[in-house]
Amino acid sequence: MYKVERKDVIENVKRMMLYSVQTLHKEVIDAFEKASDEENNPLAKSILDKILENHEIANSKDIPLCQDTGIVVCFLEIGRELVFDYDLEEAINVGVSQAYIDGYLRKSIVRHPLNRINTMDNTPAVIHHQFIPGNKLIIHIAPKGGGSENMSTLRMLSPSEGRDGVINFVLETIKNAGGRACPPLIVGVGIGGNFEKCAWLAKKAILRPLDDITENEIDRNLEIELMDKINKLDVGPMGLGGNTTCIGVKVNSYPCHIASLPVAVNLQCHSARKDEVILVGKEINNTNNR
Amino acid sequence: MEKKLTTPITDDQIKDLKIGDEVLITGYIFTARDAAHKLMVEAIQNNEELPFDIKNQIIYYVGPTPAKPNQVIGSCGPTSAYRMDKYSPYLMEKGLKVMIGKGDRTIEFNDVVKKYKGMYLLAIGGIGAKLSQCVVENELIAYPELQSEAIRKLKVIDFPAIVAIDCNGNSIY
Repeated sequence: MYKVERKDVIENVKRMMLYSVQTLHKEVIDAFEKASDEENNPLAKSILDKILENHEIANSKDIPLCQDTGIVVCFLEIGRELVFDYDLEEAINVGVSQAYIDGYLRKSIVRHPLNRINTMDNTPAVIHHQFIPGNKLIIHIAPKGGGSENMSTLRMLSPSEGRDGVINFVLETIKNAGGRACPPLIVGVGIGGNFEKCAWLAKKAILRPLDDITENEIDRNLEIELMDKINKLDVGPMGLGGNTTCIGVKVNSYPCHIASLPVAVNLQCHSARKDEVILVGKEINNTNNR
Repeated sequence: MEKKLTTPITDDQIKDLKIGDEVLITGYIFTARDAAHKLMVEAIQNNEELPFDIKNQIIYYVGPTPAKPNQVIGSCGPTSAYRMDKYSPYLMEKGLKVMIGKGDRTIEFNDVVKKYKGMYLLAIGGIGAKLSQCVVENELIAYPELQSEAIRKLKVIDFPAIVAIDCNGNSIY
């Protein structure tokens, strides 16, 4: 049996939050640079260049990329050989709280959706779990902005609407979102499962690396076709036109009911902040192991 | 070539500005987003004074990150403007001239802007680190209990924005 220390969880969550709010992954920067080179619309190009300049300023002057430092989404992949003698979710939230208070990040979480009283430390995070083989704890975090989350959608299609129905729903979502979701976007699409599973799939999709190619042929072809169609919508950076509406489309699927075709579209704004860490459990002395 | 705007805003300064024009704002602007708008509109409905003289002023839809010890302000890009559409007409009636935010507004709002000869400006979303470099003073003036949503008086120099709805009600969207 193996153990990951509580203090390592807290420290790593805090470190990842502080890093991710002011640093984009290189693949995202590369995508914006490429888009700026290829963009025909002068206003769109100027916005892409400002996004890149913003990244340099955020990095060099230690300022968050965006004032909306998000609601924290956390995906945990928990090795089956790990044991926990503490509350893992509580440890994640301590890390979040320390990052938002010590790091001067914006506290954007209210205790109840209707009384709207701020929790003052940006907790609680939204935490999802999955079990994996082995003795590692993988923590993925993403400070997710409210603007793009507000324009995300879920619809229970009829199976007869099929592939075209899915494509049309995704395009409709992105057109309706316009500049509100802060394009260029990363588009996460979940198809199948049920009502909540497809939303989960879509959220997981936006965390996939941009160069990640899915094994499922149906999903892979859908990603290629959607990428092309989305960038022909002329939504463009901040919704002001241009051929850079998205820099990535990721589709995740799951089996579903014979009566259903659930589709969720989760939009990630251009401030595509995320990070992950792999914590390897230390073996604990236990007579059962002998 | 960007056009310069200096607060307070006069009709003369904005009458020739057209959608898509880029402007640079210098002077004082006031921050407010959802929660502060709700409180200001309640104040108007209760015949109470607004927390600042709103006539010919600019409201910027922003909830900045807190300033670190060596900073004037933290990251401070715009939030979506459409959420303020319900409240803005009350403030424009009291003399509010210009609003800065991101994204489109409801179609009916174009007529509101036209009626009061105002203007809606677009700031680029998600570049709050860059925009923070235009802010030279930052004073919390009302509703401190709203935290990041409190009203702040910011002094800005050459703050960049794009005309999204002009004073004749034309919209870039």
